[in-house]
Amino acid sequence: MGLIKARDLVFEYIRRDEEGNVEGITCALDHINLDVKQGDFIAVLGHNGSGKSTFAKHINAILYPTEGAVWVDGKDTSNEENLWDIRQEAGMVFQNPDNQIIGQVVEEDVGFGPENLGVPTDEIWERVEESLKAVGMYEFRKHSPNKLSGGQKQRVSIAGVIAMHPKCIVLDEPTAMLDPNGRREVIRAVRALNDVEEITIILITHYMEEIIYANKVFVMDKGKIAMEGTPREIFSKVEELKALRLDVPQVTLLAHELKKSGLNIPDGILTCEELVEALKLQS
Amino acid sequence: MLRDITLGQYYQTDSVIHRLDPRVKLTATICYIISLFIVDNVIGYIIAGLFLAMIIKLSRVPVKFMIRGMKAILFLLIIAVIFNLFLTPGEVLFSFWKLQITKEGIRLAGFMAIRLVFLIMGSSVMTLTTTPNNLTDGMEKLLGPLKRIRVPVHEISMMMSIALRFIPILLEETDKIMKAQIARGADFESGNLIKKAKSLVPLLVPLFISAFRRANDLAMAMEARCYRGGEHRTKMKPLIYQKRDRLAYGALAGYLVLCVILGKILL
Repeated sequence: MGLIKARDLVFEYIRRDEEGNVEGITCALDHINLDVKQGDFIAVLGHNGSGKSTFAKHINAILYPTEGAVWVDGKDTSNEENLWDIRQEAGMVFQNPDNQIIGQVVEEDVGFGPENLGVPTDEIWERVEESLKAVGMYEFRKHSPNKLSGGQKQRVSIAGVIAMHPKCIVLDEPTAMLDPNGRREVIRAVRALNDVEEITIILITHYMEEIIYANKVFVMDKGKIAMEGTPREIFSKVEELKALRLDVPQVTLLAHELKKSGLNIPDGILTCEELVEALKLQS
Repeated sequence: MLRDITLGQYYQTDSVIHRLDPRVKLTATICYIISLFIVDNVIGYIIAGLFLAMIIKLSRVPVKFMIRGMKAILFLLIIAVIFNLFLTPGEVLFSFWKLQITKEGIRLAGFMAIRLVFLIMGSSVMTLTTTPNNLTDGMEKLLGPLKRIRVPVHEISMMMSIALRFIPILLEETDKIMKAQIARGADFESGNLIKKAKSLVPLLVPLFISAFRRANDLAMAMEARCYRGGEHRTKMKPLIYQKRDRLAYGALAGYLVLCVILGKILL
């Protein structure tokens, strides 16, 4: 069953000058059609201004479609009545870890979502405990979020979303402001959620290394879906990716260049080990 | 360095006073301040002093922390004492030049000093033993009845706790912007007052812009987590009166009665 369904989704930003007159219309999303199944790990890739964040905000009903429609678990996001159900089912993690933590203590922040949902006190504590354990932040529950590292803060934000028991989590460039260590921490936590808890993940990113764990990748450009497929399929089209101003991982690039210069190497190499295997077969 | 600033002056330890419901502490502080202005004889002040000493002992907060808070009002204290000392009419004890010290003046000045000292110590016991978060929670619950006359109590306390959460972040940001501007040749140190105030503009403008951006992000994050005001909201840490809170209310009532009887009626 499809968890998220987008049909002919169009979103337009209206730019206004200082007097409020319409200066022009920017089409941020241009007839997007997309289906996400329960339990999927989806990555949405694109450079700045490709519309990927705008799309993410549609899943959580923060923005509404100008044309077309988005359904989350069968509920239309433009219907006001469904708003809170959709926001509970599709949690969202934003880019800046500081600007999305509300509590002054880690456990209080994780409890914020369930509090808003009207969950009874005892159950809030259970949910907080299980979600903090799921992202490996349980021992920090009494700490102040200001004293955590970026990766830890982002894991707390993820725990805050899990505590609401969502069916899917949309992560809008969760690693953009983190150092490599923090990035690894967050991606590990996200993968564990997908594997163990079977929560659907929609990861929006412009880091190529992060999409290799996804089972489906959408590449966006100028508000349209430019490419879709498995990571391997996407990475085998190195030239196309370059045309979209996206970098491929170094290993993939190396493999691609080697192949171009005559070596018999398969397309879409994702890891060092694969390349080593492929090269061994050569000799 | 700036990250470690905690607002208020919470002193971390475990004591009966720390564990009391914040509502009890708020009510008690207000009642204590009122009681200081009701009593006007020596016995009354002795009772107030003993009560305060008992609370401080129970709170396990070192007395030096309370005395530290006193420094801020030292100047005010001295002025209040001097004015009371010299400007109260009555039976003259000494006089030199145009100033005279009267018996009533000494009495009033002494009481004023004790009042101020007790007042500051009493309220710092509260801030030392209650986390700012707890305090806002307590206030929200205490002011709850005001919701009926459409005072947005929940919103006010939510704003207060968000402000408390963002103060260290904004301080850090100020520091960062300041360094960035200094690196580009901004001068925050020299010049007279007006020049100094003007030099703050390149600091304040980026700070405000970033604060608004943060506010916008936070509002979106809160909405995404289903925040829709105080209605239908449950509490992770609800305030429920325990036995010790009822006992504390009892003790407070006893103290107030004692104050009124001994400090006011029996002279």
